[in-house]
Formats: sequence, structure tokens, C-alpha cells
Amino acid sequence: MPQTLSINGTDVPLPDDPRVSLLDLLRDHLQLAGVKKGCNQGACGACTVLLDGKERILSCMALAVQYEGRKVTSIEGLAANGTLHPLQQAFIDHDGFQCGYCTPGQICSSIGMVEELRRGVPSHVTDDLSAETIAFSREEIQERMSGNLCRCGAYNGIIAAISETHAKAVR
Amino acid sequence: MNPFTYARAADVDDAVQLAAGSQAKYLGGGTNLVDLLRETLERPTALVDVTGLPSAIEERSDGSLLIGAAATNTAVAEHHSVRTRFPMLTRAISAGASAQIRNMATVGGNILQRTRCNYFYDHAGSRCNKRSPGQGCDAIEGANRNHAILGGSPSCVATHPSDMCVALVALGAVVHLQSTRGTRTLPLTDLHRLPETSPDQETFLKPGELITAVEIPALPFASDSTYRKVRDRASYAFALISVAAAIDVKDDIIQDVRLAFGGVAPKPWRAWNAEAALKGKPATLENFCVAAEAELSDASPLRDNGFKVALTNRTMVAVLDALVREKNGGSNP
Repeated sequence: MPQTLSINGTDVPLPDDPRVSLLDLLRDHLQLAGVKKGCNQGACGACTVLLDGKERILSCMALAVQYEGRKVTSIEGLAANGTLHPLQQAFIDHDGFQCGYCTPGQICSSIGMVEELRRGVPSHVTDDLSAETIAFSREEIQERMSGNLCRCGAYNGIIAAISETHAKAVR
Repeated sequence: MNPFTYARAADVDDAVQLAAGSQAKYLGGGTNLVDLLRETLERPTALVDVTGLPSAIEERSDGSLLIGAAATNTAVAEHHSVRTRFPMLTRAISAGASAQIRNMATVGGNILQRTRCNYFYDHAGSRCNKRSPGQGCDAIEGANRNHAILGGSPSCVATHPSDMCVALVALGAVVHLQSTRGTRTLPLTDLHRLPETSPDQETFLKPGELITAVEIPALPFASDSTYRKVRDRASYAFALISVAAAIDVKDDIIQDVRLAFGGVAPKPWRAWNAEAALKGKPATLENFCVAAEAELSDASPLRDNGFKVALTNRTMVAVLDALVREKNGGSNP
């Protein structure tokens, strides 16, 4: 049985060379160029993808072979039947980007962020660590999205898009 | 990256067997090691993936926590017992890296991450005794704002970058190790080496030894502990300095205290001298200052990092004062 991992719902074989990062597998082997190579050293977040639809990771620091049998979702896997994910639409509506290079990572990261909020994972700015629910605030979003840089500076639009899309879902 | 083989360990016995007798490295989340491989600062011939090894966080009957070394940083930070009984650990982890990295990084890997000294990384242009023993150190007379003020040597002044480890040493964490020769435990304070004349030797681990778990002994007064990190930007930056602290005060007298510093030394720095200076003394600002000076009187600041001495002093005093005020409902007599 060939060793595979699932990318956006399709099983693909693991690379023969264990040096291939998940990022390079997506971009160079599978031509999924939505995921971006920014710094390639874990500093910018442009390569963020989701594991099992909800856990955000950096594909540049991940060796693809480590993810055998896992389900990976990239930006290409978010739209359903030609309809944009609500967050994709919200980024458009709120001008959550200028050049767009960081956007796929921002969107995947914010999906993972909402899951972490739902689960009650505290952040650096969470006051009460014993609280089981975390208030959805601008400050929490800023802190939790700090791993995704936007050098155009579209942060206000990004925060507006995330707030609009997910505030109700969390509460 | 140089070529290497890859194998996923089924269990701890399998992992130490796979790593025996070769230039193997254990691979956790990869958030530091993959970067080092890419820069060819690490050149193993084999990687043994240990992310499938035990990651549970177990509450034991003696009040200790046993954390499997493959637990992710996020899993530790969000664990209810860590948040409520050892909040300095949740605070430290939450202050480090980014959410994506915390989701990937393991406890074992966090402990064994390597310095982010720019001269260590700059293999094309800089001398570094840690990377190339005997070559010299360009940090000592270079841009050393981020470097060590304690525990450095004429060979190396690089800092250990972890936040998590600072809380763990303050809590007296004990590391569980296994190799093909058996198991042993080691206090985390005794795991990292100071550079002295061999900065390439960073730990007292034996060849092939694997961190399998980290044990945090019961420490009731740690339920009010905290971690304060000072950095150049509000999030996603390494510490300039940091302080992990817990203090037990009864009738205004300090019964016990735990203090550790990050960003100031080649290892997570347990402030033993400061602790000794505080025990049995009244919990006053003056005594906090005296204790900070007891710890920092040996500091050897470099050209660009003298500010760390005063900053560590002030931060330690402020954190202790805040902890005491919080317990007293806002006042510190």
C-alpha cells in the first residue's frame, strides 16, 4: 500500500525524498500555488495550512513525510462547490489585503484561530487563565494572528473580516 | 539540506534503537530542526521522528504532572491543570513563538532548540565557536544586544531562546531520559551546559539519549505564579529578558520563592542567589531589590546589552511586587 497524505480531500503519495517540505510538496509537486513561500523559516506565516481542517501549522517547517495519513487543507480546499468560504468573501468585502501574498496564510490561520478560541486555548493577552471561555476581542485577534505578517499593512481589514465572520460562531 | 533517512518511531524503545550507532537526530515538530537542516547547521544522516511518542499530560497522586515529551506547546499551555496550578508555564508558552509554531513544537524539542544568535546562523560570513569549534566568536565584539549577561564565556555569549524552559526551571522540572543503556532522570537546571570553552557542547545528554517526559513536582504556591516577558514588539519576538516567578508569603515573611530568567544566559537561568536572599525575609520592595542585585552582581554586560542588567532587575522586582499585591488584594505593606 503506498504511503499517502490527503491534500484537500485527495490522497497523494508521500515524496520519495524526506527533505521535501509540505510547502514544496504543495507548490512544486502538486502545483497548489495558493500557499505561499514567504520567509521559508517560520517567521511570516504565509505558508500556513490546516491539519484535519482546524489545526494551523507552518508548511515550510513541516517535512511532508511527517504528515503521512493526515488531512491537509490549503487555501484551494476552502471553497465548496464554487462558493467562497465565508472568510474568503469577508476578506474581499473588508479589503483584507492589498498585494494578496499573505492572504492564503491569513485565511487558513484565522480558521485555525477560531477553532482555538472555541476550544478555550488561552493567549498571551488572556487575563483569566482559569476561564473556560475566552472573549472574542480585537486584542485577542491581534495577538492570536501575530504569526501572520502583512507587509502591505492590511491588518485593519483582516481584523474586520475575521470579526464579522466568526464573532457569532464563537459566542 | 544534506540527505538523510527518515523513520518514524513506534515507541520509545524503537526510537532509541533507531537512533543508536548513527549520526541520527530526533525530530519533533521540526520548527527549529528543519531550519537548521536547511541551513546545514545540522547534518544528521538519519532523522528519527518522535512525534508519535507519548504526549499525554498525566496528573499523578503525589500532585506532580508528567508531560509526555511529544506533547505540543499548545497542548501544555491549554491543559486545565497547567493553567490553574502552574500558570507561569501557560504564560511562558503563550508568550513564545506564534500559534502555528506552538501547535507544531513539542516539549522535548523546545528544550533542545538551539540559539538564534545571528552569528551562529551566518555560516558564510561569521566566526562561531558553537558552529565551528575553535574558530572564534564574532558576537563578543559584534552586535550583541540580544546576547548573554550571565553565564557566558570568552568563547560564546549566545542565549537559550526558550520561554517554556524558563518556567520549567523555576518550577523545578525533572527531565526523564532514555537510551539503549537504560533510563534516568535529570533536573532541567542540570541539562544545559554553560559554554565555557566548548560552546558546541550544549547539554549533558549522552549520545542517543531521548527526552521522554518532563515531570513538574507539586508546588502549591505556584498556583499564583506568573511569567513576564520583555521584548521589542508586543508579540512574536524572542525575549530581551523574561522573569518567571512564584512567591509564598505568610505574615509578610517570604516562606519560599521561585525565580528564573530568560534571554540573559546560555541556559534557562534559575536565580538561585536571588531566591536564597529572599527566603525568610519580609516581602518588601527593598528586599526584592537586594535579591535582584544578589543575582545580577555577577553580570558581564557586553557593548550593546548593558540595559539587560537593569531591565532584569526592575522586571524581577515588579513581578514579585505584583504577585504579592495580588494576594493581598492590592497592597504591599
